[in-house]
Amino acid sequence: MIDLLGYGAFFLSTALIFGLVTLGLNLQWGLTGLFNVGIAGFVAIGAYSSAILTTPDTADRIGGFGWPILAGWGAAALITAAAAAFTGYATLRLKSDYLAITTFGVAVVVQLVALNAQGLTGGPFGVAFIPRPFAGVQDQSVLFNFANVAVIAAVTLAVYLALERLSRSPWGRVLRALREDERAAIALGKSAQSYRIQAFAVGGAVMGLAGAVQAHFIGFIAPENYLPTLTFQVWAMLMVGGSGSNRGALLGAIVVWAIWVGSGSFTAAIVPADLQARAASLQIVAIGVMLCLILLWRPQGFFGSGRRTK
Amino acid sequence: MSLQFLLDGLIAGAMIGLGAIGVTLTYSILRFSNFAHGDFMAWGAYAALAVVGAIGGSLPMAPLSFGWPLVLAMIVAMGLTALLALGLDWVLFARLRARGQSIIVVMASFGASMALRSLLEFMFTSRPTYFSRAIQIAQPVGLGIRVTADQVALLLLTLALVIGMHLFMQRSQRGREMRAYSQNPALARVVGIDVAKVVRATWIIGAALACASGVMVGVLVQIRPLMGLDLLLPIFAAAILGGIGSVPGAVLGGLIIGLSEAAAVQFVGAEWRAAVAFVILMAVLLVRPMGLFGVAER
Repeated sequence: MIDLLGYGAFFLSTALIFGLVTLGLNLQWGLTGLFNVGIAGFVAIGAYSSAILTTPDTADRIGGFGWPILAGWGAAALITAAAAAFTGYATLRLKSDYLAITTFGVAVVVQLVALNAQGLTGGPFGVAFIPRPFAGVQDQSVLFNFANVAVIAAVTLAVYLALERLSRSPWGRVLRALREDERAAIALGKSAQSYRIQAFAVGGAVMGLAGAVQAHFIGFIAPENYLPTLTFQVWAMLMVGGSGSNRGALLGAIVVWAIWVGSGSFTAAIVPADLQARAASLQIVAIGVMLCLILLWRPQGFFGSGRRTK
Repeated sequence: MSLQFLLDGLIAGAMIGLGAIGVTLTYSILRFSNFAHGDFMAWGAYAALAVVGAIGGSLPMAPLSFGWPLVLAMIVAMGLTALLALGLDWVLFARLRARGQSIIVVMASFGASMALRSLLEFMFTSRPTYFSRAIQIAQPVGLGIRVTADQVALLLLTLALVIGMHLFMQRSQRGREMRAYSQNPALARVVGIDVAKVVRATWIIGAALACASGVMVGVLVQIRPLMGLDLLLPIFAAAILGGIGSVPGAVLGGLIIGLSEAAAVQFVGAEWRAAVAFVILMAVLLVRPMGLFGVAER
């Protein structure tokens, strides 16, 4: 029973971290219509930033700054926002597809840096000994898991409330106006490019924060945490939840993560060991097909309000 | 210093260029960047592999590592890949295109690419395979460059395909229609161009060239389900560098990217190869977003 509770807390922590990333994507895509295919890259930037700033000194890697965890999280959000702002600056005055292609490139390059710049990122072995919140009670796993899920839920709630407020503010109204009718918004004197860069940067900051929170929750990061599958998962979460709705984004994250974990352990239980890699790729096929079906039949998602005018 | 990297870059550039032709045509005619294009390459290569397996063994043609079955298989696979593209368009892209939001089509291509790639992993596992395991001896051709018979044959094939494509786009009626539609869809409709046929031709050409490029990668390097994903960024970068809509631009962009990658491998380190396309892409977007042969958006 205690184990089950502990596992529930662990599951919820992971799902909420996904929910954070999905909230960031919802600001970029749901509210502003910016297509980001490099989610994994931005999450990785946040994770590595915070990890490098907070870990103790290591022999063959830059580090030893020993920042407190909260400062690391803040820095992660800022650094990721800067990376997103630059990506937006380079592409948002051009056609919308160029942003998609460039974010795809960002993910490729971040993965490459994570793997190869050993002096910065630790290379394929990643970064270990990332300080975990409540490390003092680490051996009491239930208490530890519950303390962590409380912190993560608090962060998620804070980001959720902030985003809700932002999207109702005049700033959020401009973003919606730009999405629905760009010419009308420009005619009112709103600079489309500058608002879009801001939205992309804020969304990036949320993704970076999510990456940092996860890094400190697990205590260890490596390049293979940030493969394109992560990007796909987050997109599936947003599409299931319904783009444009922050509540939908969170619900979608929890539902899709539950399906993912459930189907994963189901195949692990019934498929023989030598075929598990194949079964895992079928899981990804299913997500891809689901994404396409939702786009075809229910573009507003399952929990979305469906009030999109376009 | 060895000049071998020039030849390596030329060959990599030829494969990227063939892929970029399809991307640039899809973008300029169907108005979306197709993230599933790389997976057409991988599916083409695996289709050719399956056909070769079905035909059965035969002796390779003297200096080459492959025989006539592969030539035949490539032609069949080009057709199969075109069918795959047309089928995908019928099931997915055409329906979304009709709704008029191009970015939704991009997203669908992204989902489709993931499904296609993982389906290959499911069917063939992620272990690399080869058309032939024979080892070819590279012959020196001067300046310290060595070349294998396969490389020469495939470079000639690329040259033939590119010249053929160029003539098709410039001289044939369908090619003219495709160019007209990409420049002004509304006007093209007004003068009675059959849009459905233009769309079909675009998919068939793009997919067939992607398949040819995938088979080349398979002959010269190896066949993996992820081969298309790895080439996607260089292909997009080449299409944008050359100028969207320009076939010679796509090929030239491919060659520039291939040569730069080879130079990076030579002078910086092989592990940074994949970053080259991104650096070039960012430079083009910041300095000359219309690319080398592109026209400014009207």
